[in-house]
Amino acid sequence: MTDNTKELIINLGPQHPATHGVLRLILEVEGEIIKKCIPHIGYLHRGVEKLSEDLTYVQVLPLTDRLDYLSSMINNVGFCLAIEKLMGINVPERAKFIRTMMAEMARICSHLLWIATHALDIGAMTVFLYAMRDREKLLEMFEMVTGARLTVSYPRIGGVRCDINDKFLEELEKFIEEFPSKVEEYETLIDRNRVWLKRTKGVGVITAEEAINWGLTGPTLRGSGVYYDVRKFFPYDAYDKVEFEVPVGKNGDVYDRYKCRMLEFRQSAKIIKQCIEKLPTGPILAEEAPRIRMPSSPLKINKEDIQFEIYLMEKNIEDFIKKFTEVYASVEAPRGELGFYIVCDESAKPYRMRVRAPSFVHAGALSRLCEGSLIADVIANIGSIDIVLGECDR
Amino acid sequence: MPGLIKIFDSNKEPIEIEDGIKIVPGCSTIIGSLNKIASWGRRSSLWPLTFGLACCAIEMMATGASHYDLDRFGVIFRATPRQADVMIIAGTVTKKMAPIIVNLYHQMPEPRYVIAMGSCACSGGIFNTYSTVQGVGEILPVDVYIPGCPPRPEALIEGILKLQQKIENELCHKSENFSRENSQIEERNESHRDSEEAKR
Repeated sequence: MTDNTKELIINLGPQHPATHGVLRLILEVEGEIIKKCIPHIGYLHRGVEKLSEDLTYVQVLPLTDRLDYLSSMINNVGFCLAIEKLMGINVPERAKFIRTMMAEMARICSHLLWIATHALDIGAMTVFLYAMRDREKLLEMFEMVTGARLTVSYPRIGGVRCDINDKFLEELEKFIEEFPSKVEEYETLIDRNRVWLKRTKGVGVITAEEAINWGLTGPTLRGSGVYYDVRKFFPYDAYDKVEFEVPVGKNGDVYDRYKCRMLEFRQSAKIIKQCIEKLPTGPILAEEAPRIRMPSSPLKINKEDIQFEIYLMEKNIEDFIKKFTEVYASVEAPRGELGFYIVCDESAKPYRMRVRAPSFVHAGALSRLCEGSLIADVIANIGSIDIVLGECDR
Repeated sequence: MPGLIKIFDSNKEPIEIEDGIKIVPGCSTIIGSLNKIASWGRRSSLWPLTFGLACCAIEMMATGASHYDLDRFGVIFRATPRQADVMIIAGTVTKKMAPIIVNLYHQMPEPRYVIAMGSCACSGGIFNTYSTVQGVGEILPVDVYIPGCPPRPEALIEGILKLQQKIENELCHKSENFSRENSQIEERNESHRDSEEAKR
């Protein structure tokens, strides 16, 4: 028997209906068991970070939409928070609440698409149709306020673009009222389904310690039982003024990650409800917010200035740091911690922008999750870490 | 439906179901020119390849899902290029992805069509960078361009209907057209290569 077996290399993707975009995996298999899994990324590398160095801060904002296109609102918020931290802009209360509300809407939107595709990959077609039906209502509400369905570009540095009206709030309240029952509807479809349980329970197990070491965040980390949420630990916008719980799993398998996200649906609905109740009146854009301005001059950096060695020799590292202010701000995206690290010179453009994308980290952990499991479990694992390649490749 | 069959039986005149295509009731016969019948069949069951690249793929999914429901136009997504008639390029085409897209295109049986969905696929859009192809028209013959970032589902449906119109008016010798288009693209690629070499 052993004489006849040999290792086989299987190429999964980039064109594969279950890789959620253009992820490519190279699997070394022995029979059905995966010996090694190597993720290949970069098929959607658009050079967002480099492109943003040529644009002003205001102009970079629409690029952040296209990073994680399932929750573009949260990406915008993350970028705006970084610039506000950099410039010291105080966002008005009303704008903060509107942002929180819209960000949670985007989270529900993103999780709905996740449950749709994840269930479709595993074999439950009906959930896809149900979830897309409800997602459409949210997209219509986004359109009502922002004018766009997917790539909203709604927040501005120092607030939001336009105010919301009563009709929108009414619609949203109506949606939130009936949404928890919709979540129950999805759960009745798959939660006690024997195929679903067999495909998810005990699959892709990762312990809490390992999850932290791999740098996982978001529901993927919380599924392993680690209590970490940027909204709780480093509250931004209005998250410190609303009450919500952070659902935590136990076993760290695909089922627990699924369960965490299903509970997050309800928490997001709760947050939106509180935001509608507590919504204050007032301005929506800070007065010191930058207006749209075309770049007046190219980068103002001299070549000597960026040679770090010179500063090191003269032992004036403080000067270097002072000259180039750096800032890091992170938000809790539906996939995990999304961070924006920006180095600023004195011009209107970022000197360097780096995006800490959760999908990138999670794609790396895919090799750990898949090794030793069956080929069919790879699809369940890709779905459970909820990867978006636009953000991963940037 | 017994009533309907009765009507067909009693009426021996050919019934016009489309412009220029008639069926003779009761003897399973279609009358019309071959071009018309072939293009009628082709356009009524356009099967696109399930192939999402970026943001537009999400709108493509939304178009195929419950609310907009592409199935009513005879559009059913297939996961393999061997069964597909049309390729919807939904998203940014990067230089790393371009050879794979060309490969997939050649795996599709003829006649095959390409829809460029969204600004990135049409012209590169906002991503004028070192790693993106400035429009999928540089590597494939595109039939329909749909602008938007991303286009609304209605726009995609409009694009598919436009493609159906285009197929309706075309002649049966599709593959001849295609070899011509392919040779044009190859010529363009060669000239591009020559110019690049000349630059070096």
